[in-house]
Amino acid sequence: MDAFLSPSLAISLPALARGLVHTLELAVVCLVASLLLGLVFGVMRYAGGRVLHALAIAYVEVFRNTPVLVQILWFFFALPILVQFEISAFTAAALGLSLNSGAFSAEIFRAGMQAVPKGQWEAANALGMSRTRVMFRIVLPQAVRHMIPAFTNRWIELFKLTSLASVIAYPELVYSAQQISNSYFNPVEVFTLVAVIFIALVIPASYLLRRLEARLRRSAP
Amino acid sequence: MHYQWDFSVIGDNAGLLLWGLGNTLLLTLIAILIGTPLGLAVALMRLSSRRWLVWPATVYVEVFRAAPALVQLYWLYFALPRLTGLRLGGFEAAAIALSILSSAFLSEVFRGGIASIGKGQWDAARGIGLSYPRMLRTIILPQAIRRMLPVFLERYIELLKTSTIAATVSFGDLLFVAQDISYRTYRTLEIFSAIAVMFFLVILLCSQLTRLVEHRLARSGEFTAR
Amino acid sequence: MTTDNVIEISGLRKSFGAHEVLKGIDLVIPKGKTVVLLGASGSGKSTLLRCVNFLETPTAGTVAFNGKPVGTPKGTGGERSYSDRELRALRAHIGIVFQQFNLFPHMTALENIMEGQRAVLGRSREEAAARAEALLARVGLAGRGGAYPSHLSGGQQQRVAICRALAMDPDVMLFDEATSALDPELVGEVLRTMKALREDGMTMLIVTHELGFAYHIADEVVFLSEGRIYEQAPPHEVMLHPKGERTRQFMLGHSEFRLPHLD
Ligand SMILES: Nc1ncnc2c1ncn2[C@@H]1O[C@H](COP(=O)(O)OP(=O)(O)OP(=O)(O)O)[C@@H](O)[C@H]1O
Ligand SMILES: [Mg+2]
Repeated sequence: MDAFLSPSLAISLPALARGLVHTLELAVVCLVASLLLGLVFGVMRYAGGRVLHALAIAYVEVFRNTPVLVQILWFFFALPILVQFEISAFTAAALGLSLNSGAFSAEIFRAGMQAVPKGQWEAANALGMSRTRVMFRIVLPQAVRHMIPAFTNRWIELFKLTSLASVIAYPELVYSAQQISNSYFNPVEVFTLVAVIFIALVIPASYLLRRLEARLRRSAP
Repeated sequence: MHYQWDFSVIGDNAGLLLWGLGNTLLLTLIAILIGTPLGLAVALMRLSSRRWLVWPATVYVEVFRAAPALVQLYWLYFALPRLTGLRLGGFEAAAIALSILSSAFLSEVFRGGIASIGKGQWDAARGIGLSYPRMLRTIILPQAIRRMLPVFLERYIELLKTSTIAATVSFGDLLFVAQDISYRTYRTLEIFSAIAVMFFLVILLCSQLTRLVEHRLARSGEFTAR
Repeated sequence: MTTDNVIEISGLRKSFGAHEVLKGIDLVIPKGKTVVLLGASGSGKSTLLRCVNFLETPTAGTVAFNGKPVGTPKGTGGERSYSDRELRALRAHIGIVFQQFNLFPHMTALENIMEGQRAVLGRSREEAAARAEALLARVGLAGRGGAYPSHLSGGQQQRVAICRALAMDPDVMLFDEATSALDPELVGEVLRTMKALREDGMTMLIVTHELGFAYHIADEVVFLSEGRIYEQAPPHEVMLHPKGERTRQFMLGHSEFRLPHLD
């Protein structure tokens, strides 16, 4: 345990803090992007015509049925060859994680919307409301309630998956830890600390999200 | 855009790619075979009425579900040898990390499945004088596992995808093999696209099987008493 | 062309796959009149009702609203095509009340009633709210506008659903077993609301299993059997002196039919 008090760790802290900031940046960008992707493709699959429906299925199946690490590496190493355009580690990681998480989110949206009874569509149609309006005013607000637990899990998962960006040298927490431990030969301290940071963020976050979920359920009319 | 595709590199390295795929599947299988019984043990500990069994199991599950798989792997691979002098190879480290990780997740599935079995079944089993282990083995678990089977299979597929992190500690799985070939041939686009397709096909096959099982179960109706 | 018929149905057919549920229906609903649809379960009452506002698209035949046929002919065979916009505009003029209420659970009673007014009629928030309050008062729910559907009894929910439809100022109201999902002691309040509507001169097409109520409220009773109109006449003829064998059997099977005591 003496190792924890070693000066090397004190030197490492600012670098780890920068890594944490990068981790959070990546997580937030991917969370927002995956929500938007999920909404668009989820609605396409739920209510789109034949072509949109097929497109949405293709997207969801491709990105759910391949490992996200392979997706990230593909965007980083393979895509630049195809588009002849440099792609930064952040962009590649954000693309892979967002598209992957977006595919899962699309399924969450679709399942949530399908849980809304058909009578709701009928009642809204009978009033003469437009499809878009029915979607956004009647179906989605009700669907969201079914989707919150699934999204809670997805976001926690997404946050943990940002660690994969280290593989393409995006300087988030894990990559920073590797760099530090290479310079100071203190892998025990650094990797333990990184694990502790993740645990200290994930456990309270999932606790809070579950509390929020329960509150929403209770206050739900 | 004048990139010349050249897929001959795939054919030339087909054997190597298949070897990598075999390693990926082997690693996943080992993690399943260790992680599943371990997950059951942890679930039973958490469901026990003895506090000193419940809380270590709870900490285990919470910690290993909260830390990213890659961090667990790196800890085992980089930190553990410094701490204990025990040096793990990429395969051992990945197998242990994935087993522990999956046991933490699977224990929650077991717990949910067992909790979903109605009180009537426990009462009936107790009523005919079964011991706790026997009750679990013959009455509760068969129902719980059938009920949760699709969730188990889904988790196993998730595990297969997660197993790609083993490439980062130089275990020769499909991803590692692909990187290796692309360093030698510079055919990165073809190789990475090819392994994406390979993963896609294998995982699609697995998820279709899962769906089949789900349908079977749905068609056989409510197969357990409440 | 002007006409006093709000709804004119002619040659209406509806199939679900190979199963033809409606086999050629001709029916008019004159302005200010109440028509009650009777018939055994599965005879196609709901389907007919839902074809009137195109929640089900007819397979053949026409529905004319205020003298104007809905949709445009699509070649031969009586097939017509219906644009989304046209149907939406039509539905805004036709109120429907469902057996299961289908209130929007995430909106208060008031918001439920305001939604269609705001979305379709383009009324301002104040205007819509005022109209909703007035309607709620009319059905005996003054002051309950802030309640969510789950906090209302079935009878109250159904009255809110009626208000939601009325708020659109419909030319005709459709009721599909509006009281079937209600506890017996709550049926009366909804029936009274429907009766009040009739007295205000609303045009209505009603499917109900409350035969006493049907007798009381109907100007015309239509007995549906196997997808066709089997007998159609004022209530005392169809219900007390049925001509056809099937109508007689149906009425005999509902021996609980008594003349209603509505206040
Ligand atoms: N969406 C649908 N798809 C397939 N068949 C349908 C559909 N809706 C109704 N049917 C069939 O059409 C027939 C008539 O149904 P409908 O609901 O109109 O009867 P109903 O007279 O309202 O009966 P009830 O008194 O039970 O409500 C039934 O055989 C029913 O199974
Ligand atoms: Mg019906």
